Amino acid sequence: MVNLFITTGKYICILLVLLYTYSNFRCIRLRGGEEHEALLGWQYRIILLMQFLCHFIIFFRTENRASLVLYGLQVIFFSAYPFLMKKAYPKADGLLLNNICFFLSIGMIMLERLDYSKAVRQFAIILISMVPGMLLPFLMSRLGDLSRWRLFFCIVGILMLFSVFLLGAVSYGARMSLSFFGFSFHASEFVKISFVFCMAGMLPRARTFKDILLCSLAAAAHILILVMCRDLGSALIFFLSFVAMLYVATGQLFYLAAAGGMLFFAGILSYRLFSHVRTRVFAWIDPWADIDNKGYQITQSLFAIGTGGFLGLGLFRGLPNKIPIVEKDFIFSAISEEMGGITAICLCLVCLGCFMKMMQAASFSDKRFEKIVAVGLAVQYILQVFLTIGGAVKFIPSTGVTLPFVSYGGSSITASFLVFSIIQALFIKNPETGWAEDNEEDWEIWDEEEHPFGKRRRRMDGYWDEDDIDDLIENWEESGDVFWKNRVRKSYGKKSYGRNHFRRQRGEWDEYYEDRPDDRNDYNTRRGRVPWDDDGPRGRWR
Amino acid sequence: MPFGEEEKSEDWRKGANRSIFFITCFFSFLFFGLIAYIAWFIYFEAPGRMGNPYNARMEVFDSRYLRGKIISSDGEILAETEVDANGKETRVYPFGEAFAHVLGYSTRGKTGLESLANFYLMESSSNPFSIFLDELRERKSQGDNVTCTLDSGLQIAAKNALGERAGAVVCMEPSTGRVLAMVSFPGFDPNTVSREWEDLTSPDNHSGNLLNRATQGLYPPGSTFKTVMALEYFREHPGNPEAFHFVCDGEYREGSRQDYVVHCYSGESHGEEDLGKAYAYSCNAAFAYLGTKTDPEKLRELSDSLFFNEELPIALPSAKSSMPVSKDTGTWLMMQSAIGQGEILVSPMHNLLITSAIANDGVLREPVFLEKVSSPAGMTVKPFTAGRPRRLMRAEEAELLKNFMRRVVTDGTGSGFRNAEYSACGKTGSAEYMKRGEKKTDAWFTGFAPADEPTIAITVLVEDGDTGGRTAVPIAREVVDYWMSRKAQ
Repeated sequence: MVNLFITTGKYICILLVLLYTYSNFRCIRLRGGEEHEALLGWQYRIILLMQFLCHFIIFFRTENRASLVLYGLQVIFFSAYPFLMKKAYPKADGLLLNNICFFLSIGMIMLERLDYSKAVRQFAIILISMVPGMLLPFLMSRLGDLSRWRLFFCIVGILMLFSVFLLGAVSYGARMSLSFFGFSFHASEFVKISFVFCMAGMLPRARTFKDILLCSLAAAAHILILVMCRDLGSALIFFLSFVAMLYVATGQLFYLAAAGGMLFFAGILSYRLFSHVRTRVFAWIDPWADIDNKGYQITQSLFAIGTGGFLGLGLFRGLPNKIPIVEKDFIFSAISEEMGGITAICLCLVCLGCFMKMMQAASFSDKRFEKIVAVGLAVQYILQVFLTIGGAVKFIPSTGVTLPFVSYGGSSITASFLVFSIIQALFIKNPETGWAEDNEEDWEIWDEEEHPFGKRRRRMDGYWDEDDIDDLIENWEESGDVFWKNRVRKSYGKKSYGRNHFRRQRGEWDEYYEDRPDDRNDYNTRRGRVPWDDDGPRGRWR
Repeated sequence: MPFGEEEKSEDWRKGANRSIFFITCFFSFLFFGLIAYIAWFIYFEAPGRMGNPYNARMEVFDSRYLRGKIISSDGEILAETEVDANGKETRVYPFGEAFAHVLGYSTRGKTGLESLANFYLMESSSNPFSIFLDELRERKSQGDNVTCTLDSGLQIAAKNALGERAGAVVCMEPSTGRVLAMVSFPGFDPNTVSREWEDLTSPDNHSGNLLNRATQGLYPPGSTFKTVMALEYFREHPGNPEAFHFVCDGEYREGSRQDYVVHCYSGESHGEEDLGKAYAYSCNAAFAYLGTKTDPEKLRELSDSLFFNEELPIALPSAKSSMPVSKDTGTWLMMQSAIGQGEILVSPMHNLLITSAIANDGVLREPVFLEKVSSPAGMTVKPFTAGRPRRLMRAEEAELLKNFMRRVVTDGTGSGFRNAEYSACGKTGSAEYMKRGEKKTDAWFTGFAPADEPTIAITVLVEDGDTGGRTAVPIAREVVDYWMSRKAQ
């Protein structure tokens, strides 16, 4: 009977994950609107249903009463977290919130199956680290211009890494963590974030090549300490995220080429210098030749993935515990083995979706600092995913990095919460469209901006009155010109005026822009002018 | 431009957005690559790897599915699992010893095809509903059946032809690489291998019952190595393969050293010869002379390209053939090597691969053992393709060697095939070696038939036999006769 549950549950889960993945990309494409909101709701239901199914199986298999309690607590957490975030920050991005829940729930399911005590620990960590994650967007809005703190971030980062180098504990050939009172603390997970802030503060100010060299020097200091700790996976992530930020800040392909060359030589050098790198490269080239020894971990991972196949063996029916450190670096293989290759591939895609969303946040922001922060964090995130998954499936040599939100580990979870909160802070500041606020009864004119991710709609407030709009409507109806049609919100037929309308009528600009500080610049430069007088769109109007 | 006003820099924003878009595309492609790799691994790579004995998960399958059948290409059941009234499972091999090595066993670890097809035998592609019903009844579902390329009729013909002599017979189809038969003697009965395990593996047992002589046995190739020498001659004298001339008086002495002497078999003298005649009559003197004129480094290069000193491209465990000639090799060893004595060792399978490449115009089809996987209901789940093609020699070279091999049958040592209804080609070999002070001969025959469109390539090896022509050729004849009569029907 249990077998039957497991098999049925397995198929349903695969179906749910497929639906989730589809809706994930559909949401990225829709970017706001009613369908978007509805899809987010469905995603959330999918997560809860999947959790229910898997915990049902876990309980039937283990008959561990405590797991029911843990499940109950998880249900409360997964209901409360997105709810509280949305309450506190109405403009927070729902898709990212859902994805966090998706990753956490899959990770928890797998951990409960692998090792119940670790799952309990993990859940406690999730609860604790959720709090700073929720406070961060608020704090960031209060701290003002964070780029002023660039030197502070730089020094703190280097000091933290250096203390790891001096005091850290060695595991699997690398010096990675500090221990406090029995808790191990992976400093590099947090320094990653401070590193991004530091670079985002420095790079936009770099006007000359000398300035850029200075930035590179600061980055090199971080990376060299990591190399001295032999934490080459993190060093690679730092390096590539720096290159990405540099590229966005300068727009010069030359830096990419230079970085590629450096990476090539650094790779050869580290292969020569470090024995654990050689071991991993050997294990990557032909793990089957030395299954007993060097290739043990990777072949066990491949056995898990290959035996599981596309559909998976079902929870509790594989042997994921045969893989060493399965709950951290190889959680992907365990998921693929028991929940199916399809689920695992979907997991990759959802991660990619998160990355796209982060890059969207970067491109929606108008400020250099914010853009570069978002790019740095996004690249770090996706690299971490790529290194973990690629290592587990032997696409690249394994580097010993964890899968954010899915793998077991306190520092990893906390840092991931912080990263996603920073991205949320950007979304809160620069909501991608105003479509979500359907209830605002007002005339609204939208400007469309060509954008790598399609068109972004921006509200052009402040210089419209009723007559202008009547003119607009009349004119497009007469001329059949669809250009402006897209720009006047469809709600024009309502003919009711909202708060903002009257504020504008009264000239209460300050109140109006209270929660739109970014539009203030536009407004100040253009006050008193109708935009199409001089720089009207394509000169079609008047 | 002061820092505070940077937000207004429209150009910068556009440029940065372009960079952002570029980075996004880059990582998206990277991920599509990764996902394609995962899918490729699961679908193509994994099934062949998962039967590995280190994969403890296969035991998990054991508890879920009843191991499927192995079926020969002509539809006979070669192995199946029977369940008695008490639910006890036994693996039954209806043909017993005949298929012992190639099928292997699944009780004491897994070997042979049982290991190769392990993954498929332990999976079930029955419709999910019947698996569902089985699970409801708490009964094991039937695993998938695997059809192999072996032909039960040919295998038994080969087994009978070899009889009680230690040795091996291997047959394959040159144009596809399908292995048709693989016999090794002495063998064991896979039905009782578990019970007889102690006997079979005891240190007193010198007969090597568990060894698959066809793939794992290494023997001096004797005159069959002359094929490689002839090919080497073509390579060193491009455009002029007929230039070789030698007058055989029954022996060849290397000029400076009178003790460097090679005799033809039983001192026969062959008179004036070109390369084809020397090959057909297996003239040791001529080839020893050729050996002294051959560049050892080039010979080494050629043999390495013919799978010497490396793993054979077959899925079953095989021994590495050795060919230790290098540029320091002296004249004496070159003379010996040229006639396949010296330190050269090959497996019968290896000789078959070279022969099969000659038969197939120089292109070797890598041997395959599995034909298809079908669900218990008989639906094909996964067909296997013919072996990968690999060009070992140019078509003209293959044509020349083919003519040589034809002359072996029409004029030379392969006379056992002379009166056959089909046109066979081949090469005999008699490799001498000393064992416990006794001089023994391994008899070889490797060839194919019919000459124009070969349907079968065969290699026969008999340990401690008479000459290749007298011992191995009749066995090969019997097997090929059977195959041709089957084809004629």
